[in-house]
Amino acid sequence: MHRRGVGAGAIAKRKLAEAKYKERGTVLAEDQLAQMSKQLDMFKTNLEEFASKHKQEIRKNPEFRVQFQDMCATIGVDPLASGKGFWSEMLGVGDFYYELGVQIIEVCLALKHRNGGLITLEELHQQVLKGRGKFAQDVSQDDLLRAIKKLKVLGNGFGIIPVGGTYLIQSVPAELNMDHTVVLQLAEKKGYVTVSEIRSSLKWETERAKQVLEHLLKEGMAWLDTQAAGEPQYWLPALFTELYAQEITPEEAKEAIP
Amino acid sequence: MDRFSWTSGLLELGETLVVQQRGVRLCDGEEKVKFDMGVLLLSTHRLIWRDQKNHECCFAVPLSQIVFIEEQAAGIGKSAKIVVHLHPASSNKEPGPFQSSKYSYIKLSFKEHGEIEFYRRLSEEITQRRWENMPTGQTIQVNKDPQAGRIRAVGIVGIERKLEEKRKETDKNISEAKEMVELSKSIANKIKEKQGDITEDETIRFKSYLLSMGIANPVTRETHGSGTHYHMQLAKQLAGILQTPLEERGGIMSLTEVYCLVNRARGLELLSPEDLVNACKMLESLKLPLRLRIFDSGVMVIELQSHNEEEMVASALETVSEKGSLTADEFAKLVGMSVLLAKERLLLAEKMGHLCRDDSVEGLRFYPNLFLTQS
Repeated sequence: MHRRGVGAGAIAKRKLAEAKYKERGTVLAEDQLAQMSKQLDMFKTNLEEFASKHKQEIRKNPEFRVQFQDMCATIGVDPLASGKGFWSEMLGVGDFYYELGVQIIEVCLALKHRNGGLITLEELHQQVLKGRGKFAQDVSQDDLLRAIKKLKVLGNGFGIIPVGGTYLIQSVPAELNMDHTVVLQLAEKKGYVTVSEIRSSLKWETERAKQVLEHLLKEGMAWLDTQAAGEPQYWLPALFTELYAQEITPEEAKEAIP
Repeated sequence: MDRFSWTSGLLELGETLVVQQRGVRLCDGEEKVKFDMGVLLLSTHRLIWRDQKNHECCFAVPLSQIVFIEEQAAGIGKSAKIVVHLHPASSNKEPGPFQSSKYSYIKLSFKEHGEIEFYRRLSEEITQRRWENMPTGQTIQVNKDPQAGRIRAVGIVGIERKLEEKRKETDKNISEAKEMVELSKSIANKIKEKQGDITEDETIRFKSYLLSMGIANPVTRETHGSGTHYHMQLAKQLAGILQTPLEERGGIMSLTEVYCLVNRARGLELLSPEDLVNACKMLESLKLPLRLRIFDSGVMVIELQSHNEEEMVASALETVSEKGSLTADEFAKLVGMSVLLAKERLLLAEKMGHLCRDDSVEGLRFYPNLFLTQS
């Protein structure tokens, strides 16, 4: 076993080797760029073929869209990142989701004054379907969630909060931390929650429960019912449609957009 | 832990396995129990735990018993955990490892990682509630008619073959795409290490490739930000399209408004939200007459260069003073702005010291800051 090089000489040698390696690395990168160009062209051709066969299906079939998205996730690409991407241009995936984004924004805006900017995925789904009309393509809840994830980057406070068996969609820049989320999840069962329920289910002190509920009241996401038997109840208008459906009236729609 | 029932671990008819993870320990609420090394399986219907050493020791809880789940991040010496809150056990529940428990939740501790994926899958299953559509334990209807059986078989075989073809094709695409992505990533890393050895032009060209593929761009350059030629063009287009609408709306619009406006106008070849943001980030450096502004709250707006939000604050102060006090909603209605932007303006006025807030359950109300003016 020979002694490993130590001392100034060995260090200098090593630095030289590193520099040479990096230089080689530059050359390699340029080569690779050229190689990539070629591969890209070939890939593009194959994708065009794939697209011509499956474009219709992507547009019409929510199941297929999910599989397609999963495939992209496996590869490590985001087909919705840009409207200028292959996926968008050839498969038309982009347009479908970006337009859906517009419809989601409009529905949330129209209902914000009523629910404070929180809406269940179900209600959002129903309202969007209504807006799209009878002859539009079917849209699944998975589609909505993906579109919403993309909308987050616009800074408007779009968020997805898991509650019970579904999701609440937030569309206003209000801060909702874990405490708020957990209370929302608790309220999901009946559409409302009380301080006692929070204390017994989550084992919090009254003060903590009250702070959370007051924040939700301030944001307009919860309404206070002081006339309930027993103690005051905090209702979530976002969950009202679970109890009875409501339509957006033309007045509400007009009021939403200045 | 008293919600679990013993099981053979075999899946029922109609039940499918979603994901499984080794190295999971169970806790009854905050207390450790003897089940400290097992395989956790998630099916469409149940959450199943099986001891890694003793396979006979296997129990499960139906997903319908789950109220909600939370994540607990890993810490020093602690694994990441999922906390599962459960409904009380039903009276006719099959016997399990525990008769009673003082907790209504359990903790799953992932000692060999896998928590993130498991949480994602579990959330999905709880949302989709597939167990409602696929009741288990039903027997298959045996078709008595041999003729019909034959035709159906051919049909099914035909479909299966098509599915197989499709899958092969997809697999081919996946493997090609994977190669491409690996290559892109290695180049991206090289560029990151040696900023300056690859020319500006090549970097931009490369970024276009990444953009086409939908790969997140790890390379950033000061001059162009995360933009490409495409985004530069887009920025210039936006300056043209948005001039008039901005003037009509008092010189300022939120990015979501811009997104809707532009995409409704385009009809086809819509912009992704990311495209819009990347283009807007370049507005200032390209010396266009609009700019992107980000408020403290994270709200993003486009303003005309000629628009001065600080000046608008002065007129906002006047309006509030006239009325004594105003909420964001009231202010928005008076001035004819969206509530979102009205709130931002009032918050800015507060930040500059002109307004004071009154924060109560009745809402957020702003008053002229008399502390400042009347001392």
